[in-house]
Amino acid sequence: MHREGQVTHHIISIGDFDRSAIDRLLDHAEQIGKNRYDKNALDGKILAVLFFEPSTRTRMSFESAMARLGGSSISVSSVEACSMAKGETLADTIRVVSGYADAIVIRHPKEGAARLAAEFATVPVINAGDGAGQHPSQTLLDLYTIRQSMKIDGIDAGLVGDLRYGRTAHSLASALSLYGVRLHTVSPPGLELPPALVRSLAEKGMEIVVHDTIEEVVKDLDVLYVTRVQRERFPDSTSYFNVASSYRITPELLAGAKKHLIVLHPLPRVDEIDPRLDASPHARYFEQSKNGVPVRMAMLLDVMR
Amino acid sequence: MRHIVPADTGDDEGESLLVRRIKNGTVIDHIDGGEALNVIKILGIVGTTAEALSIATNVPSREMGKKDIVKISNRELSKEEVDRIALISPKATINIIRNFKVCEKQGVEIPTLIIGSVRCPNPGCITRTNEPIKSRFEVLPDGKGLRCLYCDSVITKDLTSYII
Repeated sequence: MHREGQVTHHIISIGDFDRSAIDRLLDHAEQIGKNRYDKNALDGKILAVLFFEPSTRTRMSFESAMARLGGSSISVSSVEACSMAKGETLADTIRVVSGYADAIVIRHPKEGAARLAAEFATVPVINAGDGAGQHPSQTLLDLYTIRQSMKIDGIDAGLVGDLRYGRTAHSLASALSLYGVRLHTVSPPGLELPPALVRSLAEKGMEIVVHDTIEEVVKDLDVLYVTRVQRERFPDSTSYFNVASSYRITPELLAGAKKHLIVLHPLPRVDEIDPRLDASPHARYFEQSKNGVPVRMAMLLDVMR
Repeated sequence: MRHIVPADTGDDEGESLLVRRIKNGTVIDHIDGGEALNVIKILGIVGTTAEALSIATNVPSREMGKKDIVKISNRELSKEEVDRIALISPKATINIIRNFKVCEKQGVEIPTLIIGSVRCPNPGCITRTNEPIKSRFEVLPDGKGLRCLYCDSVITKDLTSYII
């Protein structure tokens, strides 16, 4: 995000972007996706990948993006593996790593950690997920994937699953509010969108419709965004399985859906999408995951050039 | 010394009878009724204090219905303290007393940014760790609440319990 009066550019929250900044970045990613980019654009640059939480897709796609642009990556894979295990603060870790790299990608369990990192870093910081907070690179690749199939403006998008703790759902809902999207939500009781977020979306003029079941809304949707209902949110495994099964997306469920409906999921999925759906033209979640590379390439170029 | 004075005068002028005039210090007037003890908390007075302190609660007021008043000797408030008082009592007025005279009188103003005075309600927020940072909140439009600038958590009620 280019901030006025600030020399170092960071990408911390999708809320820092306006509509034109998002569109510009997605346009750039689209060019990269068509193989139109300088393969040595980041030659000699080093990306520090600081992941204090598990990740496969986000971490690997950032490293892949950096390599495709001619740069290299150095990494820390857990708190146990670095000086934070000795009690070092994140602030100090960031100050030190700033001296080793040209940009930092960080994932951290505490909300606001990336914002803190940006305050102490002397190089650009990209937030790759902070607790239940923000995950802007995921949101950008979600938007990119939608844009591959349709114009985002004015669509009906459904969010299904754990909408209370799911950071991808929060970020995406905020971004979609910039495009006049009508939002439909379906979530287990207690896992609805946080009231503060709903208030904020409503203030931006977003129309939000809450549904009890996926069946009652699926035929109206252009995009169905599924998130994982996490087992640890439930008191026992029986109640988890009962809830999880009622939010499962199957080919039968989509029988009456619009032909152009796309189903997205930030992955990893567990039981929430029937594997039989993978071959359906509606299924775009693996394409979505693949799109992480061009989008993250555009982000790296945005902050490092 | 601390007096909790039950107030039963019928007008604003009568309140001067409630507590003794102070030579030097601050009188915080027009505090929302019932908030005086929270103002004391904001001033960091949670136990004993060497200074003379007087508190009048639920004093009848023509303008406000009921109001509280706090007088504290030999102390003038910092801007941060005034800002915090504004959060819980936006109509409060601060009177600086020097040699028994009101030398300065000012209202309080709700600041746009609160730094280091409010604890984030989100236990998962980075400000609730040992990191070398102060909490930062922006005041929502019309003072409807506070938003943490680190984790986006919003405080809309029971703000007093989050004041550090």
